[in-house]
Formats: sequence, structure tokens, C-alpha cells
Amino acid sequence: MKNNSLAKRYFGLIIPLALMLIFILFPFYWTFVTSVKPQAELLGPATYWPKQFTWDSYIKLFKGTVDFGAAMRHSFFVASVTTLLSLTVSTLASYAFSRYRFPGRKFLMGLFLSNNMFPTVLLLIPLYSMMRKLGFLYKPISLILAYTTFTIPFSVWLLNGFIDDIPASLEEAAMVDGCNRAKAFIKVTLPILAPCLIATGVYIFMNSWNEYTFAMMFTNTSGRTIPVALNSLIGQLGVQWDLMTAGGIVTVIPVCIFFFFAQKRLVEGLTAGAVKQ
Amino acid sequence: MIKKHSKWPYLLVAPAVLIVVCVVFIPVINAISMSLQHYDLRMPKQIAYIGLDNYKEVLKDRQFWLGIRNTALWVLFGVGFQFLLGFALALLLNQHFKGRGVIRAVSLIPWVTPGVLIGLMWRWMYDGNYGVINDILMRLKIIDAPIAFLAQIKSALPSVIVTIVWQGIPFFALMILAGLQGIPLEMYEAADIDGASGIKKLFFVTIPSIKNTIFITLLLRIIWVANSVDVIFNMTGGGPAYSTQTLSVYIFNKAHSLNLGYSSAMAVILCLILACIAVPYMIMKFRHEEK
Repeated sequence: MKNNSLAKRYFGLIIPLALMLIFILFPFYWTFVTSVKPQAELLGPATYWPKQFTWDSYIKLFKGTVDFGAAMRHSFFVASVTTLLSLTVSTLASYAFSRYRFPGRKFLMGLFLSNNMFPTVLLLIPLYSMMRKLGFLYKPISLILAYTTFTIPFSVWLLNGFIDDIPASLEEAAMVDGCNRAKAFIKVTLPILAPCLIATGVYIFMNSWNEYTFAMMFTNTSGRTIPVALNSLIGQLGVQWDLMTAGGIVTVIPVCIFFFFAQKRLVEGLTAGAVKQ
Repeated sequence: MIKKHSKWPYLLVAPAVLIVVCVVFIPVINAISMSLQHYDLRMPKQIAYIGLDNYKEVLKDRQFWLGIRNTALWVLFGVGFQFLLGFALALLLNQHFKGRGVIRAVSLIPWVTPGVLIGLMWRWMYDGNYGVINDILMRLKIIDAPIAFLAQIKSALPSVIVTIVWQGIPFFALMILAGLQGIPLEMYEAADIDGASGIKKLFFVTIPSIKNTIFITLLLRIIWVANSVDVIFNMTGGGPAYSTQTLSVYIFNKAHSLNLGYSSAMAVILCLILACIAVPYMIMKFRHEEK
């Protein structure tokens, strides 16, 4: 009996989970190992642990012509401002959708949902000429506007679910006690909503940190974000793999740390937002 | 719920609507208008309205049809395997074991990795000379000689599909896991009392309970994967011989060569195809809400 349950545990959990984790994590392992190998070992037979360990590619990444530090600063600035802006307008909108029934509500919700449907490539061309006319091109504001827009639908959708779950009666009670609606929202609903706001914020931040297509068109060398800097490592003669892998590791680490703290709430958030039908 | 005629909901929605209209809907109208013009920046003097000529030309374009075929395969196999493996991962992570929180967090990392990096990481692993995938397959005696995965017509599309599957597993796992945790335990207890087996519970309790989550996740993913450019663009650029050129990548390549009218026409067509998938869903969702 005990053997049976042990076997069940192995075949039902441990082995499939281990295989899955190897599949998921191996590319990151390989990227790391590549980044600490010297050039000569890189372009030779594959070695699963560097024979010679070196941080050269990291030094080259920050001190050399790539200036990865600047790209990280640009990405951080764009992603932070986008997160604040998108979170604010999404919270206001989803509050309205959740708490009010008003003419045009369905139309507007449909408008947000359909936003996701338009191919990036469809928007890219007209947005480029629009940003140029407004004088926003090559400035962070162009990316902030674009990313805010593209994260609104999913954020509204998530937050809508969260707010639906918070009984309106809590606010109404506060209003009976003399608060106005805004005050009731800030004092009662917002504290309950805080973890969900963090989860949604992480989602927005990650999307802005990672976006490539618009960043490619809307930045120049002096303002480029991380994905564009990574792309610049593809040269005529091939990719500079040592710098690319080092840059990859440096890119993924901050987001991972950030994500680890928020992931539990993000999963909880999705439980409240996505599952409730 | 709250009084019907109030200006408040409109004021609250206004900022979001304003941004979305300016950054999405006005450009969409511009793109439609461009698709009706001969709009090629290499020949700026010849920009003029030409009616549906771009569309007629698109329908005769063999690369366009090849792009449709590649997009169909890319979405079908890409999203299909993302869903199956993501579901499997969610079921595994929904079990109780030590270190579950850490493993769950770690297994979501591909989701937070930029598409450019994913494309480049896999391109390095697929490398025909120094790639680790060749090394592993040769050590396992599955192949005798290295394969240039991304340089051959036969293997390039399956190779990029494996990459997009790898990228998409975490999102499916995350959403389905959230759904699984919303299923009341009593439902499983009831099924246990009825003597249901594990497989039966999966098909009669688990899947029906989360079918809405599955549905919305599939829809979102289909749209995202169909539109995605960065992974393929950084792995193969659409080659060899256009064998990995999905419609999105073709449009991106055409836009790069500055034929904006023609690429806008294709983008409008792609958008209409995706609308055929998304609109029925939206109608269903609103009907559901009215009840």
C-alpha cells in the first residue's frame, strides 16, 4: 500500500514535474553558462560547465560600446511611469464598470476588449507618423503612451473582477457614515484592493520592460530600451553571443526578483479576476 | 446597482477611453485609409488613393497565402501545445508538496522574459555549429550529425513553434492554476463518494468547472501568438525561403521596406481574421452578463 502511493507520487508528480522544470529552466542555465565562458570555449564543442570561468562579457557589456546600463535606466523609467499611469486610469475605469450601470457601459467595455485584437503591426505605422508630428518620437513619452494603452484592457479586465468581489455595501456603509463616494473608495475599497493593484502593476511593468516592436521604432541610440539594446548585438557577421547571454541574464534577474515577491498575489488576483464568471 | 443617470461613471472612464481612442482607434482609421492608397515611402510623389487595388494585389500574392498557412500552423500547434503542457503543469502545481511556492514562481520565469531574448536564447541553442540541442541529440544518439535547425525549410517552422510553446506554458499554467484553486473542494469530495477515478474527475469535475477560464485564456493567447513578431523576427527573420514568415512577420518586413499601403492592407486583413475569432466570444460574454 505504501509502495503504491510512493510510486504514484513519483509518476504522478516528481518525474513529470522534474521533466517540465528541466525544459523550462534549461535555456536560462545555458544562457548563464554561455555568459561566463571565454570566447574560445564558446565557439567550440559544447561544455556543460565552463572550463574557464570569466566575467569578461559582463564587464564588456557595461563598459563597452553597448552601454547596457543606460538601456536599463531607460527601460526602468519607461516601465515605472507606464505602470503608474496605466494603473491609475485602469482603476478608475474598472471602478466605473463594476459599480455603475450606465448607458454605453457595454459598448465601452467592448471597446477596451477589442483593443487587444488589433495587430501591433497595424498600429505601428500610423503611430509612428503621429508621434513624429507631435514631436514625441525618440522621447520616452511615445513608449509610455503606447504601453499604457496596450496594458489597459488586461488591467481593466483584472481589476474589474477584483472590484466586483468587494461588496459595494462596505462603501455604502461608509457613505451612510458621512463619507462621499471618493472618500469611501479611498478609505474602504482601496486598502482591500492594494494586493490586486500590486499584482496588476507587476503585469504592466513586465510588459513595458519587455516590449520590443514599438521600442525598435520609437527610440534612437540615445534612448533605447533593453530589448533594442539586445537586438543591437545582432551584427552583420552573426550574434555576439557572449554579450547577448550576459545581457540576457542581467535583464531577467531584476524582473524575476520583482516577480517573485508579487507572483503569489498575481495568482490570487487571477483567481479573483479571471475565474469568477 | 447605483442610480442610473449620473455623470460619474463617464468621468471615471474618460481618461482610459481618451488614451485608447488616441493611441488605438485613430491609428486604426489611419491604417485603413493608408491601405486604400498607393503609399510607398520610396516613391513619395506617387502617393494617391487607389481604392481596393492593394487588397486585390494581396490576394494574388503567394507570400501572403504562405503567411496565412504559416500563421495557421504557428497558432494551431503553438497555442495547442502551450495549452496542453500548461494544463499539465497547472495540475502538477496544484498538488501539495514542499517548496511548491518556489517551484511555481520559478516555472513562471519564461513569462517574464522579453521576446527578443527568448528568440536569441533559442537561436543560440539551435545553432548548427555550436548549438547545445545538437550536442544533446548527438549524445543521446538520436541524430548522427548536427542539424542546422533554423536554416532548413523542413525544420525551421517546427523549431520556432517549440520556442513559442516554451514561452506560453507559464501563462496557461498560471491562469488554469488560478481556475483550479477556485474549484470548491466539496465537488471533489462528492466525486470521491461516487467512486469517480482520477481521470473521470478530470473530465467531469475539473474541466467543466474551469471551462470559462480555459476559453478566455485560449482566446487571449491565440490573438497574442498570431500577432507576435519578436520571437520569429529574432530567430529567423521569416526565413529560410519564407518558411517561418507568418502574416505578422511578413507585414513587419514589408513595413520595413517602406511599402506602407500594401502592408496596411495585409494588417487590416489579419485584423478581420482575428475579429472572426474574438467577436463571437465577446457576444457570448455579454449575453452571459445579462442573465
